[in-house]
Parts: sequence; structure tokens; C-alpha cells
Amino acid sequence: MIRFEHVSRRYPPGIDALQDVSFEITQGELVLIDGHSGAGKTTLLKLITAIERPTAGVVLVRGQNVGALKAAALPFLRRNLGMVFQDQKLLFDRNAFENVMLPLSIAGFSPREAGKRVRAALDKVGLLAREKALPIALSGGEQQRLAIARAVVNRPSILLTDEPTAHLDPETARDVANILRDFHQVGVTLLIASYDNVLFAPFASQRLTLNHGKLLQ
Amino acid sequence: MNAWLLQHGKAFKWALQRLAASPTNTLLSLIAIGIALALPAGGQMLLSNALQFARGSGESNATPQISLFLALDADKKAVDHVAAKLKNHAAAKQVRFISREETFKRMQSGENLAEVLAALPRNPFPDAFVVTPHNDSPAAMEQMRNEFRSWPKVEHVQLDSAWVRRLDAMLRLGRTAVILLTALLGLGLVAITFTTIRLQILTQRAEIEVSRLLGATDSFVRRPFYYFGAVQGLAGGGVAWLIVLGVSTLLSGPVADLAQLYNTSVALQALTANESMALLALAGGLGWLGAALSLRQHLQHPN
Repeated sequence: MIRFEHVSRRYPPGIDALQDVSFEITQGELVLIDGHSGAGKTTLLKLITAIERPTAGVVLVRGQNVGALKAAALPFLRRNLGMVFQDQKLLFDRNAFENVMLPLSIAGFSPREAGKRVRAALDKVGLLAREKALPIALSGGEQQRLAIARAVVNRPSILLTDEPTAHLDPETARDVANILRDFHQVGVTLLIASYDNVLFAPFASQRLTLNHGKLLQ
Repeated sequence: MNAWLLQHGKAFKWALQRLAASPTNTLLSLIAIGIALALPAGGQMLLSNALQFARGSGESNATPQISLFLALDADKKAVDHVAAKLKNHAAAKQVRFISREETFKRMQSGENLAEVLAALPRNPFPDAFVVTPHNDSPAAMEQMRNEFRSWPKVEHVQLDSAWVRRLDAMLRLGRTAVILLTALLGLGLVAITFTTIRLQILTQRAEIEVSRLLGATDSFVRRPFYYFGAVQGLAGGGVAWLIVLGVSTLLSGPVADLAQLYNTSVALQALTANESMALLALAGGLGWLGAALSLRQHLQHPN
């Protein structure tokens, strides 16, 4: 489903974020990407969503070379990928419902169908009662759950999460981890980039450990 | 198709919401656009009214006309022949016959000429036709004069070409002034929209970034801004229309009083339906153009 073939990513003036990384992820896997801060976890996820392009090698997502995609094709790749960003990227002038609605508006869903899906996603992460709340009024854990709801509302087959439990207390982190596992159990291929290997390692079908941009075998 | 309409409907709604979100800014922008467009629109209105005033109702001396004077020996058959040819002439809008007797009587009623005319052995005035042409451009009228000259029993053809040329020159001057004003102040509208859209892009930067990461196409991101520019321009055009309407209403009384002093009646006309539509379309179009230029400058294409 996802394959990296000798992928490198170099930033000016010559910093290697990833070096000659190769791996393959099959459908339905739960993959933990771990490593120290700055190891290249976020860069790896950005290459899958084509936010970044590889400087060498090939990134294949469902057989498609995403590194070679034209700008006009990127939206259609991203609509089929769920992404929970490290900084969540919630819109603070919109309430929870409207934040989760955004991917469906982009995809052109009718308001009725979109409304149903948004409420289902909010219900799944336990935020249905807070659909009118602005993100600023939500706790850190709730904001993380809201970001997950927005990532899954399009029902993507691949969900990418970047440090989903960072800055959360252990109990809230466990809640978030359980929610992610629930999505994996219904067949979603799940990639979790996290330094917290204790929380996710027991459930991972594959573990990719990065060290200064290199994949440890 | 439904999804397409839905996206456009949302973009339009977003534009209205953004305009309503900062009412003071919106109001000031609309006033600035309205004043900028009201000047050329008002100029166009004055031009139309001046033209109407100059030409009167079609009976006035100011209307460009061609006078045909027949030979003194032209009999009734010759007069009828010329009348028939003029009546069927495609370029003649209106034809009026003035008999030599009618002219004689009118001249006799004048204080100065009555004695002179009484002393003459016979009526010295010829039968005449006054022709109002469809096309009153100098070239068209000159062509008609040359044609009428060649007709039998037509002794003299008089064309008020000096008046026609003066009117034509004034109209050209007026039209050029309106076009220049439209171009300059239209540029102002584009500049206002350009700046407004730039500020909107800065305000919405986070949303634009997130939308792109979530799969928004370039047109999805840009569409609301196009609507914003067009709606703002259109609303500004509406303000300009109201300004012109207000000014024409306020001036209609004094203009009518002034006209009465010259023994004529003039009703100041506001913009016609076509002119109003053109004003709104121009305003909306320029707003859209300002938005397009601003998006091109300030919204980079995604990687």
C-alpha cells in the first residue's frame, strides 16, 4: 500500500532529514514510526502526503509515485489520506463541528450527508456533546481527538498521525491511543509517528525506527 | 453538477459573510468604490441629457436637419414627386413639407418684413422640405445632401453642418472624457479590491493552508476571493447608481426651472436601464479583476 524505495530528503544547505530509506507497508497494518526528536518521522509522513518531495528515491502510495505528482493531482491524493498533524492545525475561529466539516466541504459533500458524517466522527471520539465549542475552549486531549475526528471524517483507508499523544497526560494519551486502535481495527492502515514507543509498540505490526534520518534495521 | 453548484453557493455565501463580518470597512470600501464609479456614470448621464436637450423633441432647431428648397417654377407634380421620394427614402427619419404660401404668411406676420413683402409682385419663397435623418453624423448628412442635390427641381440643399459638427465634436469630447474617467477610476476600483483581497488572504492564511493539506484544489481556495471581489464591486456599483439617482433627483427641479427661462421643458433623466446594467456589470467585472490580480500576486500555487 505504501512503499519507500531508497528515499532521501535533503534540506538546504545540505541537511539530510532522510537518507536512503526503504520499507513497505501493506493494507491494514498498524505501523509505529519512532525515533528521537529530529530523526525524520515528520518528514517521512510529509513525503507520503506529498507535502514534501523526495530529493532521491521513489514514494509509492497505492502504486502511485506521489513524488512525481503534478500540483493539480495533489488534492485528490490528500482527500484519500487522513492526517493528524503534530500541531493539529485546527481552525480556532470555527467550532468543533465546523472544523470536522472542512474536509467534507472540500470534497463537495451535500450538507445533509456531511452533517451525518461529522456527528458520527465526533461521536466516535467522544466530542458530540461539544460540537459547538471553539477549539480554544477544549482541553489538549479534546483538541487532539477533534483533530482525529477531522482526519477520519472522510473515511480514509490510510491514517497518518504525527505525535498524537505529545503533551498529553498518561490517561488522556491512553484514550487517544485507544481511539486510534479502534480505527485500525475496522481496517484502516495506521501510521503513528511517535517517540512514545511504550504506548503503541505492543499493537504495532511493524516498527520503523529512525535515527538521524536513517532507518535502523 | 450539484456539487459544483454547492461549491459556488458556499463561496458566494462566504463572500457575503466576510463582507458582513467587518461592516465599517465594507461600508467605507463601498463608498470609495461608489464615488469612484459615480463620476463616470454621472458624466454619462449628463452627456445623455445634454444630447437630449440639444436635440429637443425632434421639432427643435437644434436637431440636425437637411432643408431642400425647390425651384420657384416647380409645379405640384414635381413637389409630389420629391415628397414621395423623400417619404420612401431609407435614411430619412422624418420629412416635413413647408409650402411657399405657408412661408409667405409666416414672414408677413413678422413686423419688419410685412411691408417689403407687400411691395413684391409675387411670392418669392420656394416650396421646401425639412428632412430629419436617421443617422446625423456629418458624413451621412453630407452624403444625403449630395444625393438630394441631383434630384430634378431641387434648387438648393442646405445642411446645418456647422451645428452638426459642433455637436459631434462636443459629443466626442464628452465621450472621451467619460471613457478616460471610467478607465482611471476603474483602475482605482481594481486597486481597492486588490488591497482588500490581500488583507483577506492574510486573515485567512491558516484556513488556506489547512484546506490545501486536507485536499482543497486551487480553485476551491481561490473561488471565495473571486466572489468577494465581484460582490464588493457589484455593491460598489449599486452605491454609484444610488449616488447618480440621488444627484439627478436633486438637480431635476433646478434644471427644469432653468429650462423654463429658455422657453423649453427639460426633464433630467437618470441612467437608463442599459446604462445601469452596464455600470453594475463593469463594477462587478472590475472587482473580479482586482481579486484575480491580488490572488495571482499573493496566493502562491501549492507545491
